[in-house]
Amino acid sequence: MVTRRSWIGWQFTGPFLAVFALVFLAPIGYSAYLSVFRTKLVGGTGFVGMENYTKTFSDPQFWEGVSRVAIFLAVQVPIMLGLALLVALAIDSGRLYGTGFFRVSIFLPYAVPAVVATLMCGFLYGIRFGLVGSLNEGLGLNIPDPLAPDWILTTIGNIVTWEFVGYNMLILYSGLRVVDTALYEAAAIDGAGQFRIIRAIKLPALRGPLVVATIFSIIGSFQLFTEPQILKSIAPNAITTYFTPNVYTYQLSFTGQQVNYSATIALVMGVATMIVAYLFQRRSLKGVD
Amino acid sequence: MSITRRRALLGAALSITLLAAGCGGSDEPGAATATAGASEADVKAALEAGGELTVWAWDSTIEPVAAEFMKKYPGVKVKVVNAGTNKDEYLALQNAVQAGSGVPDVVQLEYYALPQFVLSKTAADLTAFGAGSLESAFTPGTWNAVRSGGKGVYGLPIDSGPMALFYNKEVFDKHGIAIPKTWEEYAAAAEKLHQADPKAYITADAGEAGFTTSLIWQAGGKPYTVNGTDVTVNLADAGSQRFTGVWQGMLDKKLLSPVVSWTDEWFKGLSDGTIASLVIGAWMPSNLESGAAAAKGKWRVAPMPQWESGGKAAAENGGSSLAITEAGTKKALAYGFLKYIAVDEGAQSRVDKGAFPATTKELNAAAFKGKEFPYFGGQKVNEVLAESAAQVVPGWNYLPFQVYANSIYGDTVGKAYLGQGNLTDGLKAWQDASVKYGQEQGFTVK
Repeated sequence: MVTRRSWIGWQFTGPFLAVFALVFLAPIGYSAYLSVFRTKLVGGTGFVGMENYTKTFSDPQFWEGVSRVAIFLAVQVPIMLGLALLVALAIDSGRLYGTGFFRVSIFLPYAVPAVVATLMCGFLYGIRFGLVGSLNEGLGLNIPDPLAPDWILTTIGNIVTWEFVGYNMLILYSGLRVVDTALYEAAAIDGAGQFRIIRAIKLPALRGPLVVATIFSIIGSFQLFTEPQILKSIAPNAITTYFTPNVYTYQLSFTGQQVNYSATIALVMGVATMIVAYLFQRRSLKGVD
Repeated sequence: MSITRRRALLGAALSITLLAAGCGGSDEPGAATATAGASEADVKAALEAGGELTVWAWDSTIEPVAAEFMKKYPGVKVKVVNAGTNKDEYLALQNAVQAGSGVPDVVQLEYYALPQFVLSKTAADLTAFGAGSLESAFTPGTWNAVRSGGKGVYGLPIDSGPMALFYNKEVFDKHGIAIPKTWEEYAAAAEKLHQADPKAYITADAGEAGFTTSLIWQAGGKPYTVNGTDVTVNLADAGSQRFTGVWQGMLDKKLLSPVVSWTDEWFKGLSDGTIASLVIGAWMPSNLESGAAAAKGKWRVAPMPQWESGGKAAAENGGSSLAITEAGTKKALAYGFLKYIAVDEGAQSRVDKGAFPATTKELNAAAFKGKEFPYFGGQKVNEVLAESAAQVVPGWNYLPFQVYANSIYGDTVGKAYLGQGNLTDGLKAWQDASVKYGQEQGFTVK
């Protein structure tokens, strides 16, 4: 008996696979192709093999950008997620008036485009005409220039935190909403206080959402681009053209016409981000379903 | 005039005796266009036959003058597109050339960016159309800028930016500051002003590559030499040292406002007198009129401060040309348009609309020189600016990758403007980074 192969599965996944190949695999493949060539202003294009890759790993500007986003990841992400967790728990506690208002207003910054948010903050942080300048002058304070090289990363962290606390809060809050309320009742009957409930019920329930939020944040940190790129126009000397790996790739391809090298760095960073995110996910979800 | 135009003119300036060999030793300059069957007669025929042209330009006077052109040649349809201002346009152009489609027929290129596009064979040689005979029509500085090693003509100049000292007379008078004749006097005036009014600065400089190179140019420096693909970079020559000497002193005493040029804060400072002067290109008047309207009647123009007392040296800052793309199929027609805009009726028409001319005829016209500017208290500003145009120090070169080099100025020299490190070390770092890039791009750089 001849079995007719069923194409139904392919018919279902086909549209997805076609789009996936077009918008995901093809660009990556093209980047990989670009990364083994080098185009010069004088002498044209030539095959260079792995040269762009060895250059990447010995490029101090690349490493400076990488270590900057690593510091950013280590400091900003815990602060942001801590705040988001706090807010999510507070809103979920049921002891707050106007939770709907808080939820929306904390989430609102996420709806502001990063470009606009950065420009707004740029005005606030202005040492001469901005809010910081006014505070220093009006109250006799001595706040250091937030746009000076020593402070600029903190400033960017501040902007990013403002933008994304609400977003992460929403992920965590929705994690809390699916907890069976019977558990809280049972805990209350057993005499557990709010903090006990948080520790024993809510936090364990949030493990999954926290991992998801952290992975998004890891990816976001590695891809840090918009904020430094916009701030560069008002703090040109504090933000270099290789401030973060993404800023660097942008500079390389659009100003330096080094598309091949740029593609190489983009690939390396993409793979690095994937590895870090994967390792984190594996470690932190060990033992969960 | 819009902000975009101001930004456009920003940047660096003129004069490039560049890259003959950059265009490839085997290529006879003009050969490509000549084989396309181009001559002056063809241009005339093309204008009569008509056709459609796409022009990329951000200069606000191009579009109205293109309309006048179309009135004269009804068969020709010119589409003027603002494809972005300076760097944005260059990016779009590079992409279009790379993609091989959507390349305009005519494109606006600043003088400092032109060599890069000559090198990549984006800008066509116009010699075959008789562009060589136009030499006497233009100022030497701008003509030098559109030549390539004296062999080709890769664009026609449409404006120029000889520098002058723009100053707020009210602020100067209030603090008893005389017009500085030398840079030492300028630095002394800076100190006097800032001491009298701690909020006021003589000028703002947050670190701008185009300004630095222009001052080095005026000081007689030749940091860049270009001979085909042999390039040298020396940002420690005598001219550069003159610049760092004066400028470092002012930075050390915090006499320069760190406000970034062309920002709202900058225009605010120019309006309220906290930025009391600018040494900048001749295209500035209309920008002050629109950007710092509140200061009407307070500003005046004087010659650039000198490096030697009694000297008469000037430099260029900004300025653009119109070039014809190699990929364009209607080169003869495009040249007809170029000539109209840059030399014929269009030149005067554009001056009337606020452009600072690159043509000697318009520059020396009595009506041009005698024009009184109400914004400048009735001063005949163009007299000063035209004088500066005649005093531009000859022999300046930009790098064939100046667009990139300028983009990394902040990375290398920037720290010096924040009081960390000094200009001399910064310029050295800028030099090293430029050399490294040049070598990676296949130039022989020393």
